[in-house]
Formats: sequence, structure tokens, C-alpha cells
Amino acid sequence: MIAEIGLAALWLSAALAVLQLLGGFAGARAADGVAPLSALVRPAATLQAFLCSIAFLSLVYLFAVTDLSVRLVAINSHSMKPMIFKLSGTWGNHEGSMLLWVTVMAMAGGLIALIERRLAERTMMATLAAQAFVALGFYAFLILSSNPFERLTEVPAEGNGLNPLLQDIGLAFHPPTLYIGYVGLSVAFSFAVGALLTRAVTPEFARVMRPWVLAAWIFLTIGITAGSYWAYYELGWGGWWFWDPVENASLMPWLAATALLHSASVLAARDALRTWTIMLGVIAFSMSMVGTFLVRSGILTSVHAFAVDPERGSFILGLLILYIGGALVIFALRANTIAEGERFSLVSREGALVVNNIALSAILGIVLLGTLYPLLTEAFDVRVSVGPPYFNPVGAIFFLPMVLVLMVGPLLRWRRDEFSRIIKPVALAGTIVLAVLVGVALLNDIGILSVLGLALAAGLAIASWAPLFKRALLRTPLAVWGMCLAHFGVAVALFGMAADSAFQKERLVAASVGDVVEVGPWTGRLDSVNALAGQNWTAMQANMMISYDGGPEREARPQSRNFWTPQMETSEVALLTRWNGQLYVAVGNQAEDGRWQLRLWWKPFVTFIWYGGLLIALGGALALVGRVIGDLRRRRYATDVDDHDELPLEPEVQPAS
Amino acid sequence: MKTLRILLWAAVLIASGLFGLFGYQLTQPRDEFVQSALVGQEIPPFDLPAATASRPGLTSADLADGSPKLLNVFASWCVPCAAEAPQLEALEREGAQIVAVAIRDRTEDVDRFLELYGNPFTRIGRDDISEVQLAIGSSGVPETFVIAGDGTITYQHIGDIRPEHVPELLEELRKAGA
Amino acid sequence: MKTVLTALLALFCAAIFAAPVAAQDTMPPAPYAYQQLDDPALEEAARVLMETLRCLKCQSQSIADSDAPMAGDMRHQVRSRIQAGETPDEVRDWLVERYGDYVSYDPQVSATTWPLFVVPLLLVLFGGLMFWRRVGRKGESA
Repeated sequence: MIAEIGLAALWLSAALAVLQLLGGFAGARAADGVAPLSALVRPAATLQAFLCSIAFLSLVYLFAVTDLSVRLVAINSHSMKPMIFKLSGTWGNHEGSMLLWVTVMAMAGGLIALIERRLAERTMMATLAAQAFVALGFYAFLILSSNPFERLTEVPAEGNGLNPLLQDIGLAFHPPTLYIGYVGLSVAFSFAVGALLTRAVTPEFARVMRPWVLAAWIFLTIGITAGSYWAYYELGWGGWWFWDPVENASLMPWLAATALLHSASVLAARDALRTWTIMLGVIAFSMSMVGTFLVRSGILTSVHAFAVDPERGSFILGLLILYIGGALVIFALRANTIAEGERFSLVSREGALVVNNIALSAILGIVLLGTLYPLLTEAFDVRVSVGPPYFNPVGAIFFLPMVLVLMVGPLLRWRRDEFSRIIKPVALAGTIVLAVLVGVALLNDIGILSVLGLALAAGLAIASWAPLFKRALLRTPLAVWGMCLAHFGVAVALFGMAADSAFQKERLVAASVGDVVEVGPWTGRLDSVNALAGQNWTAMQANMMISYDGGPEREARPQSRNFWTPQMETSEVALLTRWNGQLYVAVGNQAEDGRWQLRLWWKPFVTFIWYGGLLIALGGALALVGRVIGDLRRRRYATDVDDHDELPLEPEVQPAS
Repeated sequence: MKTLRILLWAAVLIASGLFGLFGYQLTQPRDEFVQSALVGQEIPPFDLPAATASRPGLTSADLADGSPKLLNVFASWCVPCAAEAPQLEALEREGAQIVAVAIRDRTEDVDRFLELYGNPFTRIGRDDISEVQLAIGSSGVPETFVIAGDGTITYQHIGDIRPEHVPELLEELRKAGA
Repeated sequence: MKTVLTALLALFCAAIFAAPVAAQDTMPPAPYAYQQLDDPALEEAARVLMETLRCLKCQSQSIADSDAPMAGDMRHQVRSRIQAGETPDEVRDWLVERYGDYVSYDPQVSATTWPLFVVPLLLVLFGGLMFWRRVGRKGESA
């Protein structure tokens, strides 16, 4: 019964999306945005949000009670699973995750329909029509080829279980985070298409779109950060980023969203970069679709472990062509109707932001190229691999200069500025960079990229706070605080990456009980190894006592775990965290002579990578809160709104007198 | 304006190319096999001890004794290797000389495997650390190489041998000079 | 079998059906699969190299990040060859000779890979040009 309710809600939502599309289209065609059907557009969008939530909650319920008559539950769940993983199993599969996707999408649509009043009604109608158009594709996908509520004629006695690697609390909430990010980018895409269709690429459009981009970007940042940490502790080899195609698929939308965020603030504050902002809006959403396609279709070499369905791939490809191809063609046809925006000089806030945009876009291009190149050569029967030795240096060519500009950019004024005005903070940052550069290069024999990374991170860590210098801190808008914090987060993450690759120590040993192992400043003793059993696994656990530099002993209990539904071996590593890094301990198999394989890494400052990611997200959240509060305040005093009276993401900094 | 339009149409073109590539790859069967780049070249020198008491070990010299052979890379712990046993028997009945390398395998396991699934091999080398497997560019079990009489690798079959592959392998052997 | 690959995929997408456990050998790993070289300099050279070689069984991980037995055997080859005095490039070439460019994550400029290096160059040029066009006209307007 519940499954049928869910399915009915889904069908109704799709019907409402059709209504929203038609009404929105009719409204967009009318000069004032009002047409016979257009009054129904907003209620249709709001009701969809409600119905999709019902559909999604129905599926959650089916998983919670392990209703094995539903095919999806039978394939992906198991009555023996802990409750939390039954619930997360709802979206731990293709159909459920697509349902989550459309649900978030419908909620976003409903929210826009309910609260957004700043845009011209015509543009608004075009935007909601575009939103409905995008949503319809996903409804069709879900209902026609991935129905999550399908019943089985014969009810199995027990379910198949969930991949043990997914039975992890961090991972249970990882995919939804990314989906929310993707959906946010689809909203930005709808706004871009709406603005394009009604030729209204204005600062107001950028201001309306920006919170959505910002929110999407925050979630993507968290998603990537959490995913990286998960890979780090779950895979058992100490790596945190592999440039795997699937990782790249999640990085590309983030890069595009970061660029979009910055170009939108130029458009909002200075009415420049109009076409470029629209272009990025299209690219950001297309990257999330391309990523979804690559992961789900199974065309990448790495995806062979999946039961992938080529039909799904074709469907997503169809949507991709329809949305992105369509938007690009409209764009190209409309190009001559969008006037070029305001001009600015080389040394100006805009100039710095253009550099940021070019660098981010170039990195995006490189990641896209490197990810897809093996696919291209395969079409000609040549197989190549592109991995870290390519991505790291080639990406750095753009990333490191971008960090340099990042130190200076936020200090510059809009439109035109002089270097002489900001010479003091620039000189300070430059001195720090050079000092660290020389110090590290003399002290240690480490790679050039790590040296540059450490030096630039140190410089940026200071320079990122310079915009607050000589300001009344309490009256400084939250958005400025957010920007400084996010840029500081970049410095922290960069420092972590460079330090980990420069100073990491590795120790692989076969140890008997009682043996002492040393790695870097750490000394550990293997006390015992014992067997353990959990709800759906057994494990061998190594019990070690480890001390840092002769300090107090701490326990480390890495496990080698065997799951049985389905069967799989995983490594549960032990992590000993200090302020200055982490000791990473994994236990492998027992050798024939009875000794145990121990793998230890001392990874100085590795945690800074994820702290940095969180700081970036936190900075984004501060900026978002600041913006929303500002918007609300402005709405209250809507009578005397001045277009240039807004709080820009990177407001002008008063010159240090 | 004009440059912008050209750039935008270029973007449409790039996107179309991308979609075309995606569409093409969707229609292609996924081929996960890594071909050996040594096909057409001489087999590298090696010398493996016997994997079982019933057959001698295998050296590269054995593969250059003038008569073409099949070199089967297998392991007792590999399920498809058991599945291809009837086809290897069939190849042997058709007159193929088959030698083998057992990957990461114990003598008692090899013995049991041969007892269960038959022994069409004249020699079986024991490769505990996949060194010969790596040396000839093989990336898994089972794989079957055709080696000409002068020791040149002329063909590589990846995966288990299905009945339809038997004539193909016999043809390759014939081409190699049998 | 621990499929690191499956794990990575699990990481970034939700459509998971676990691959059944493949049969596995019971042999101990090769001597240098899990054992470091005594000389730290040689071990470091081997480690850097191993991080750039592709595990042929797991397909999406370097041999330095994999528990697959074949990855262990490849690590043994790398370490023992480095130990015997071969340079990392010689070891890489030895593997590329057998498995083609596929085995190396470090693409070299060649007839098949030149676009990987030309495109970033074009991006630098194009980016520079875009920037120049944007700001070349100074900010007199507005």
C-alpha cells in the first residue's frame, strides 16, 4: 500500500511539472509575464515539493520495515542490518538516489516559487518553466526506467544486503550531500536559462542566483571533503585523493561552481562578465550531469565492478544532450542580444576575479580532458592511463598562480586600482612566501610542488585576513568574514596537502606479537591479535600500544574485517590524531610464519586538508547567512532599494590610510 | 560580438563531440582486458620449477624447441580455469601441444585441480610471484598464448576458452607453423 | 577480495551492487610485496614509482594502494629491480614494454598522448588572450 502511495505521489508530481512547464512558458511569452495558466505555476511548484516528499518518505518507510515485496528493498537491504543503515539504504542505490534527487529538486523549485520576488515576473516564469523542464526529465527517468516502488511477484525470504563499504556512518550521508549540491546547480542553470530566454542578464539576476550557487557550492565542498576523508580511512593505504575518474566527476562541478560564484559576484556588483556568468551557469550544471553520466553509465574503465545498466546511461545522455545542448544552442542564437558588460582595468577587483575564473576554468578543462582522454583513445583501440603524475603538475601550473592572485585580489578596489595603494600587505605576504620557500628548500630535500605549496599556503594564510585590516570588525558584513575564512581554508588545505606529500613517513613490517615498530617520531608495540565478531562481520584485530616521541602510550586497534552479506574484506584502520598530524595504522593478513602485516604511516598535518575543506564550507555558510539576512532586511525596506546598495561578496576594502 | 558567437558555436561543437563520444562508448561492449604488448616478440627468458610431481617445470628454452605450442596461464584457485578445462582437453585431442604456468599455486592444490579437471599439459611451471606472468604481459588467469616454434609469441587469448574459441586457437597454432 | 575500486566508486555514487568475492590464492605474498627496501633512498624511489603504476587487476588504483595479490607481485618486481640497480625509468619502460602505456599513470608525450600536453598549453594562451581582451581597454567607461 505504502509503495503504491509513493508511486502515485510521484506520478502526480510529474503531472504538476507539466502544468508548471506549460504555465511558465505561457507566462514567459507574455510581455508582463501574466498568462491564463501562469497563475498556476507557483502552486504547482509548491505542491510538487510536498508530493515528492511523500514519495521519498514512503520509500524510507519501506526500507525501515524491510518490506521485501518491493524489489529495490529486496535487492539492497537485509533484515539483519542496523537501523541507521536500513534508512541510509534508501538512497544507497540508483533508484533511491534518483528519487532523493528529484525530491530535493522539487523542494528547491517550491522554495523559489514561494519566496523569490525580486526578478521580473516574465523572467521568473521562464525560470520556473526551465526548472520544470529539467525536473520532468528526471521524473521520466525515474518512472520509466528506474521505478523505486516496483513490487516483486514472489517475495524473497531475505534481502541481498548492502555493500559493507557503504555501511559506514560517514558514507551514509555522503551521497545526499553531493546531490543537494547538484540540485543547487540545476537551480542556477534554470535561472541562467530564464535570464537568457527573456534577455534579462542583469545584476539582479546574479543576486537572485547567487545564494543557490553558494548553497550548492557549500554542499559540494562538504561532500568532496567528506568523501576524501572517507577514502582515506576506509581504503587502508593512506591516500586521500587518487584522481580516480569517479572522484574527478565530483570535483568538476565544484570547480565550475567556484568559478560561477566569483563571476556572479562581479555581475552582481559591477554588471560585468554577463555572458561569461551565463556560460558558467550552463557549464556547472552540465558538469554535474556529466559526472552522473560517467558514474552511472559504466563507460569508464573503473566502473566494471557495478551492475550498470546501459539503458540508464542512454537516458542520462539523452537528458544531457537535451539540457546542455539545448541551452548552448539557445545561448549561441541569443549571443548578439546580450550587451557586453562594464569595463575595468587590469589592476582591479574584476581583473583579479577574471584571473581566478580563467585559472579555475583551465583546471576544469584539464581535469575533464585527463578524465575523458582514455575514453577517447579507447575509441581508437589505444589504451592509456592518466593519473596523479599528470594531474598534479599540470593542474599546479594554473593553481599556484591563482593562489598568488588570491592573496592580492580581495584587497583591490573595483574597476580601477593602483598596486602602490596595497604595497604594504603585498610586501608582507611576499616576504613570508619567500622566507618559507628558502627555509623549506634549504632544510629538506622535497619536491618542488610541495615546496611551492608550503610557501604559498603560508603567504595566503596571512594575506587571506588582510581585507579585515583596519576595518570595524563588528560592522564588517558577514559575507566579508565568510570570504576571508574560505580563503584561509584554501591556505590550510593547501598546507595539509603539501606537508603530507613532503614529510610523510611510511613503514611496512611483518610483526610478531611483542615486536616494536618505529615510524617517524612514533614507537608502537604489537601486544596481541584477536578475533572479533560484529552484527554482520568477523574481524582480526591487532592491539597495539603506541607513543609519540616517548610520550604516554595510546591504544591503536586496526582491524581486517570480513563481511558476509555480501561477502567482502575491508580494512578498518586505526588513526591516532595529534594537532600536528595523524598516525595511520592498518593491519593486513597473517604471513605463513605467523607474523602480521602492519602498515604504518606518519602523516604530518594531513588533517589540515579536511580542516581546510570544512573552513571553506564554513566561510561559504557565513557568506550565505550574511546574504540571506541582507536580502531579508532589504525586502523589509523595499521602498528605497538601490541597485548598488547591496553587500557584495567581496565588498570594497577601504584603503589602509 | 562576432567572436563571442564563434566561441559559443565552438562550445556547441565541443559539447556535441563529447556527447558523440559518450554515445559511441555506450554502444561499445566493455573490454576490460589488457592486451600483452609482447605479441609478435620473442618470449623473455625464464626458468620455472615444476608445479607438480607428474610434469616437469618450464623454461623459455622449452618454448623455442621448434614446434609451436599453447602456453596456458592458470591457477587452481581460479574458477574460470576449471571451466575451460574441457576446451583444453579438446585442443589436446586436436593435436595441440600445451604447456602451462601455474600462478601463485601450491603443489597439492595443482595436483587436486589436475585430478578433478584433467591434465592436458606436457609441462607445468610454478610461478609463485607472478614473475613470468608479468614478464609476458599477462594480467590475469586464465590466459592462453600461442608460441611459435622459434619462441615468438604470436597470439594471446584472454579469459577462459569457450568452445567457439577452440577452432580459433587451432587456426592460430596452424599460422604459427604447426 | 578487497576491491579498492568498488570502494572508490561507492565513495562517489550510490548505485552499488557488491561484486561477489573472487576466488583467491592462499600463497604468501612475494617477498617485497609488503616489505620495504633497506636503503631509504632506494625505497623512496620505488615508492614514487609504484604510486604511478597501475594495478592491472583492480584497474583504478596504483599498485601502491592495492591489496590485490598481483599488485603485491608487481611491487615485488619494482622493489627487487630497483634494488638490483635499475633506474625507475628503466623499470617503468620494462612494464610499458609488456602492458603498453596503460600500465603507467604518467603519460609520456607520444603520438597518442600529445593532446594531453598541447591542450593545457592552448589553455594558457587562450586564457592569456581572454584576459588581455578584457582588460586591454582600461576602465574608462561606466
